[in-house]
Amino acid sequence: MKTNKWLLLVALSVVLSLVLAACGNKDKDDDKTAAPDKEDDKATEQKTEEAGEPDAEQVLNLIESAAIPSVDSAIVEDAVGFNVLNNVNEGLYRLNLENVAEPAMAAEEAEVSEDGLTYTFKLRDANWSDGTPVTAHDFVFAWQRAIDPATGSPYGPFMMSGVIKNATAISEEKMEVSELGVVAEDDKTLVVSLERPVPYFLSLMSFGTFYPQKEEFVTSKGDAYASNSDSLLYNGPFILTEWDGTGDSWVYKKNEHYWDAENVKLETINVDVVKDSATAVKLYNDGKKDRAGVSGDLALQYGTHEEAVLQPETSVFYFKFNQERGGEKTPLANANIRKAIAKSFQKEDLADVVLANGSVPANFLVPKDFAFDESGKDFRDISGDLLVYDAEEAKEYWAKGLEELGVTELELEILGGDTELSKKMDEYFKAQLEGNLEGLTIKLKEVPFAVRLELDGNQDYDIQVSGWGPDFQDPISFMDLFVTDGPNNLMSFSNKEYDELIEATKDELALDPAARYEAFAKAEKILLEDEAAIAPIYQRGLIQLEKPYFKGLGVHPFGADYSYKWAYISGKE
Amino acid sequence: MAENPYTLFLLKGNKVKVCKCFHFEKKLIIQFDINQTHVLWRCNVVKYIGKRLVYMFLTMFLIATATFFLMQTLPGSPIASYNKLNETQRAIVEKKYGIDKPKPVQYAIYMKNLAKGDLGTSFVFKGKSVNDLLASRVKPSFILGAQAMVFGTIIGILLGMLAALKQNTIWDYGSTFFAILGVSIPSFVFASLLQYWVASQWHLLPVGLWNDGWKSSILPSIALAMGPLALSARFIRTEMIEVLSSDYITLAKAKGANGFEIAFKHALRNALIPLVTVLGPVAAGIVTGSLVVEQIFAIPGIGEQFVSSIMTNDFATIMGTTLFFSALLIFIIFIVDLLYGIIDPRIRLSGGKG
Repeated sequence: MKTNKWLLLVALSVVLSLVLAACGNKDKDDDKTAAPDKEDDKATEQKTEEAGEPDAEQVLNLIESAAIPSVDSAIVEDAVGFNVLNNVNEGLYRLNLENVAEPAMAAEEAEVSEDGLTYTFKLRDANWSDGTPVTAHDFVFAWQRAIDPATGSPYGPFMMSGVIKNATAISEEKMEVSELGVVAEDDKTLVVSLERPVPYFLSLMSFGTFYPQKEEFVTSKGDAYASNSDSLLYNGPFILTEWDGTGDSWVYKKNEHYWDAENVKLETINVDVVKDSATAVKLYNDGKKDRAGVSGDLALQYGTHEEAVLQPETSVFYFKFNQERGGEKTPLANANIRKAIAKSFQKEDLADVVLANGSVPANFLVPKDFAFDESGKDFRDISGDLLVYDAEEAKEYWAKGLEELGVTELELEILGGDTELSKKMDEYFKAQLEGNLEGLTIKLKEVPFAVRLELDGNQDYDIQVSGWGPDFQDPISFMDLFVTDGPNNLMSFSNKEYDELIEATKDELALDPAARYEAFAKAEKILLEDEAAIAPIYQRGLIQLEKPYFKGLGVHPFGADYSYKWAYISGKE
Repeated sequence: MAENPYTLFLLKGNKVKVCKCFHFEKKLIIQFDINQTHVLWRCNVVKYIGKRLVYMFLTMFLIATATFFLMQTLPGSPIASYNKLNETQRAIVEKKYGIDKPKPVQYAIYMKNLAKGDLGTSFVFKGKSVNDLLASRVKPSFILGAQAMVFGTIIGILLGMLAALKQNTIWDYGSTFFAILGVSIPSFVFASLLQYWVASQWHLLPVGLWNDGWKSSILPSIALAMGPLALSARFIRTEMIEVLSSDYITLAKAKGANGFEIAFKHALRNALIPLVTVLGPVAAGIVTGSLVVEQIFAIPGIGEQFVSSIMTNDFATIMGTTLFFSALLIFIIFIVDLLYGIIDPRIRLSGGKG
């Protein structure tokens, strides 16, 4: 008996010490993962002789493609604004270097109710740049402000409708702002109620529209709030300075009040707006800037440059086949005709030779390196390649289609953009399609972007080169586009089974990630392989020149493009 | 013309000029001017300015109206995320920005605010007034434009003079060739060339941006100056050749004035008058050139803002920048017209009569 007790005690203490040791290790690991680990890997990949030790001077010089229209998280609706927000402010979650949302203003992972409708966040002890604490009320205030029709924000309603409880009704002036499904239980507890279970809700929490704002500060500034860098409060890794509200340059300085300031290495980031890509590259070559995007002809020239990095994007481009134009069915209402066109152009050559900008061929709608299941498996590995190029099959479908229509010749219009690159691409399509499909004549119509949107809205085209970039990290961002009568369908495509599958992913499958991904894969197969409602072309990429001493930049597939939190300079001297 | 006593006098004056005492006579003309016709001139000039101001106001009104309605035909909406909202939400956002009202009502509201000097609120720069937007960007554009204008005309004048004085020599052909290049090659091509050679290859000046003091302004100013330079060189050359063959130059030569004196003191003064007439169009050329040149050198100016406002359907900013440029040009043309009178009294009077 006695020995048994002793044994028990020993066993317990061993277990306890193991647990404690594990905890200790974990803490250490956490500290590490926040920054240098990953960059070390990267550095060894790039240059083995470099240890990746940060330099004494941590100043980065960057280029932005446009001026900042706004830094008011309730109002921002553009790429530059969201990028700035991501680096000077912080939401409940933040995308890390692996593009997984991890708790940021939230102290720990959120507590989710069984029905997936209620999220409870515990806030960490973090401060605004004026030294006051960030509270749950700041989130309530900012979210209400974003959805309030009086604010006139397009992104508030866009991001919250159908997600946060009552958001749609409030945005349509049918309910009071105070009824939004977000409540501060106390200073450090935020409870969010959802309209329906949203499997990707936590990744949304890293998006700018859901950042906090301090009510007292915002109201005291009135209309002047966010009008320049002095009329803003920051709770992110950096603060914004020297921004006059409309200017073409600004500076990020390290935010000493940031909760994780010890892991922020950069002291200063100087940003200038440069719209001309050739100028950007010259500034880069001159050593004035540390990173520059190359596009168009420059991409051909710099694609093989030793400092060129490929930056994959998550925008996918595809043909939209309009089945009904001006109240009449088009030849594209015939599935065989659609399949024939979709399979009749070689995508590899297009991506490598015509585009040559880091884009990759797409045999899918949901891009790769974008959405992952719970085990981290890419959705693309679950769904596979669909509607691949096959000239022989295309010819068979074409013959069948023509027979069904009772014609021998067809003339179709391709609606595309008016940029140099779009025109080159359209020429390629024309040559490929006419070459492979006998009796087909392609007419090209090249218009500015806004005109194309208008023609799209009026469904006034045959085939359109269109594209989509996601606003949140879930296949639904793409799959929702083509449900019957969806606001972005605009080509009279309708498939009942597809609609039902998409509906199910929002409803009964919402809490079953595996089944949900299965449903998406099935729906994607219907959309592409069975129906050829659209024909995927490519997934866009970017070529960036990046100085070898610039390390640890976070590049994100949705929301803000970049995180500078973990970036640093190493080996510049 | 002939009944006009002042013109008559000048004609007489011109004749007098042929006589021995050129300098003396010149003074006499000025004195006479002040003593006898000054009152008459001033009276005419006030009338003239008044009339011009009314026309200027009318022109601005027409430009504002035309721009306002033309702008409405631009495809797309000024609200960037328009297609991400449902009907009701769209209507609410439109109402917030005041673009839900019928076009004539929007026009009336705009004109009313414009009369008060309020150019409205930008659609892109949220909550920022277009007045502030322009004010914060006017300085770089102004510096570039002024430098280009001064530099371009001075070098142009020198080149033109050189060509005229050394007529039909290699100097003449050289500067004429240069002038033709300047007229036919657009400023943004010069901008790219200068940027490539002077900045990128030889590292003499910055590639772009507005953060290196005066140095930042040199290359864009030179690029913009090419047009005015070429134009003034051509004008001065033609005028100088004509002036150099006139009698009073022969006189000056006979008097023993040296070449420098003849060129700058006697010939240039008269050759300058026609140049003033083209300063208006030259200024217009600099403004349009700045639209692209500012973009190439990444200068935070108004020209660059004008281009991007059209790209983004930022109605208020399109209106603001268009009106700003129009007002500037109309004002320059007005000043140029006044300058004629000051430089050349003949125009002064006939202008007053007309």
